[in-house]
Amino acid sequence: MAPTERIRDLAEQEYKYGFVTDIEAEAAPPGLNEDIIRLISAKKKEPEFMLEWRLKAYRHWLTMTEPQWANVRHPPINYQDIVYYSAPKTQKQPKSLNEVDPLLLATYRKLGIPLREQEVLAGVAVDAVFDSVSVATTFKEQLAKQGIIFCAFSEAVQQHPDLVHKHLGTVVPYSDNFFAALNTAVFSDGSFCYIPKGVRCPMELSTYFRINAPFIGQFERTLIIAEEDSYVSYLEGCTAPMRSEHQLHAAVVELRAHDRAQIRYATVQNWYPGDSAGQGGIYNFVTKRGACLGVDSKISWTQVEVGSAITWKYPSVILQGNNSIGEFYSVALTTHRQQADTGTKMIHLGRNTKSTIVSKGISTGFAQNTYRGLVKILKKASGCRNYTQCHSLLLGNRCGAHTFPSIDVQNASSQVEHEASTTRIGEDQIFYCRQRGLSAEDAVSLIVNGFCHDVFQQLPMEFAVEAQKLLNVRLEGTVG
Amino acid sequence: MPTPILEIRHLSATAAGKEILRGMNLTVNAREVHAVMGPNASGKSTLTHVLTGREGYEVTGGDVRYQGKDLLAMPPEDRAREGLFLAFQYPVEIPGMKMMQFLKAALNAIRKHRGLEELDALDFLTIVKEKMQLLGMDPDLLNRPVNAGFSGGEKKRNEILQMAVLDPTLAVLDETDSGLDIDALKIVASGVNSLRRQDRAMIVITHYQRLLNYIVPDYVHVLIDGRIVKTGGRELALSVEAQGYGWLEKQAREGTAMP
Repeated sequence: MAPTERIRDLAEQEYKYGFVTDIEAEAAPPGLNEDIIRLISAKKKEPEFMLEWRLKAYRHWLTMTEPQWANVRHPPINYQDIVYYSAPKTQKQPKSLNEVDPLLLATYRKLGIPLREQEVLAGVAVDAVFDSVSVATTFKEQLAKQGIIFCAFSEAVQQHPDLVHKHLGTVVPYSDNFFAALNTAVFSDGSFCYIPKGVRCPMELSTYFRINAPFIGQFERTLIIAEEDSYVSYLEGCTAPMRSEHQLHAAVVELRAHDRAQIRYATVQNWYPGDSAGQGGIYNFVTKRGACLGVDSKISWTQVEVGSAITWKYPSVILQGNNSIGEFYSVALTTHRQQADTGTKMIHLGRNTKSTIVSKGISTGFAQNTYRGLVKILKKASGCRNYTQCHSLLLGNRCGAHTFPSIDVQNASSQVEHEASTTRIGEDQIFYCRQRGLSAEDAVSLIVNGFCHDVFQQLPMEFAVEAQKLLNVRLEGTVG
Repeated sequence: MPTPILEIRHLSATAAGKEILRGMNLTVNAREVHAVMGPNASGKSTLTHVLTGREGYEVTGGDVRYQGKDLLAMPPEDRAREGLFLAFQYPVEIPGMKMMQFLKAALNAIRKHRGLEELDALDFLTIVKEKMQLLGMDPDLLNRPVNAGFSGGEKKRNEILQMAVLDPTLAVLDETDSGLDIDALKIVASGVNSLRRQDRAMIVITHYQRLLNYIVPDYVHVLIDGRIVKTGGRELALSVEAQGYGWLEKQAREGTAMP
């Protein structure tokens, strides 16, 4: 292939998930007020406590201002321009995949997640969220036999109101921050997962989020509860079509791990990042937090963030139970004009609690990549340990890497380690590789994948492969 | 009948608008080892950069045939895949990329280009470990990022290791002796000598003749002001060591030194 053709191919491949599915959507008018919230709650046939909670959050949100401390820049968001509810119109509570709109299924196939195939081959239970309504939940029955509940959030609210009432908002209260309050007021769906005592979830649970309708904000809510001695591994993937407007995505994820329970939560985030000039793209403002409530419990966050125009996200762990463990493994790639401000908080409340943070930030083009982290060990939390590794890789000389680590240790028996580096891959390194027979693109891909290796290792096999491919696609055309 | 591998004809090149090479000629045949010597700023580095295709150098005249092909028309990676290898004077560190992955990817890119099957990790390890033993290198280096934290000697040995693994037709050794103590120099030189072959040629670029005590060249060329002003055998290198470059520079200016 001639070089020019190849470059054009690569350029067009830039964001291959940028198609729009033409399905009639039932949408509320843009804007936010108590009536819209009542509408959402009514559409979802929610019990009274949900509406009250939403309204409380909304009234609190009105008193709050957008956080300004993040190292990102964007024009002001007009919250009255956003559509807060949109559902595919043909939707009628499908009982099985056969009842799902074939167009929707085709969309998923384009995304590379053929539900049907996954059902049969991969043994992955997928709860697919299309805009605001959960379209298909597979494997539910099989899981139900072990007492595992894995369903759309709206369904959980109706079927298991007591569980929802008991746990919702306990890790991320509605007043937690501006975007969490907004989410609480208007979230329309998400995933719910409950693993009973002593049960090891036999398969990876997976959710695919996708934003389809224009101007819509996707506000999903995920709640995972792992009872004593249980285990669950949860995967989340996100893509959005190309649009010239910016779209807001403000999700909340809450994890609760009881005694000796273990939750692994992995995200591959590939929302539309905007074009190379910074037009369009998702604002991804997400609150993710897990509570290690019980002794010897463990929560691991693994994230591969390659999409979104702006990412604002700090998956955190509150280490409350003695001997509990929190982990955060992150790869954040920013290209062109993307901005990411991401990291974690590890709050050590219990004795002998341990946390590990491994963060890899990669920047190319004019992108800005920020790691922001907090390790806090309280006075009574004796014998704690934290190990933090924070590495930044710069490709080229117009991008930026920033790190803002905070360490607050209030006792003398704990140990904290922090390791950080920033390296630049420049022309010299690329030329060295080319002199050995590698193309510039292969060289960058090898360097970046090597750099991210420790984090990819934390992902389930198929996800690791996908993450690696995704990274390569996103890196194409950024060098040379 | 000798087989020419490299034919440099009337090569002129500029760097940052400044003329560095001024009509250089050099033919290198299979089996031969050529030493190119010269004082600072004579054009030695520019020659390696132009041969390997580094950006920032403009060829303003002449041409370079490599195994009959137009070398200058190829991108750097294709030159490498065609068997042109440069042992760098200052090998760069590549954080985040392990030697093992790097060298395996490079070897397979070259093998693919030559229509050979790509090697799996096991076959690759067998080859590379054998070569490492020959060079007295610690196999643990394979698990380290390329050149990161390597000592000066390790970096130079690592260049020779890559040369041994990538199996080039023409190897250019750029100031391979710089920064090496005598023991390291001997190891590197014996590594290079073990790679001399009937179907391979080498160009050894050096400021001092010390290296040539260990890698004995068939020809010695003296490069001054972007031109080869004198060609001879090993004795030429010894004269340079004894008398410096002054007499050659003088001859070059007076136009009496052209071979």
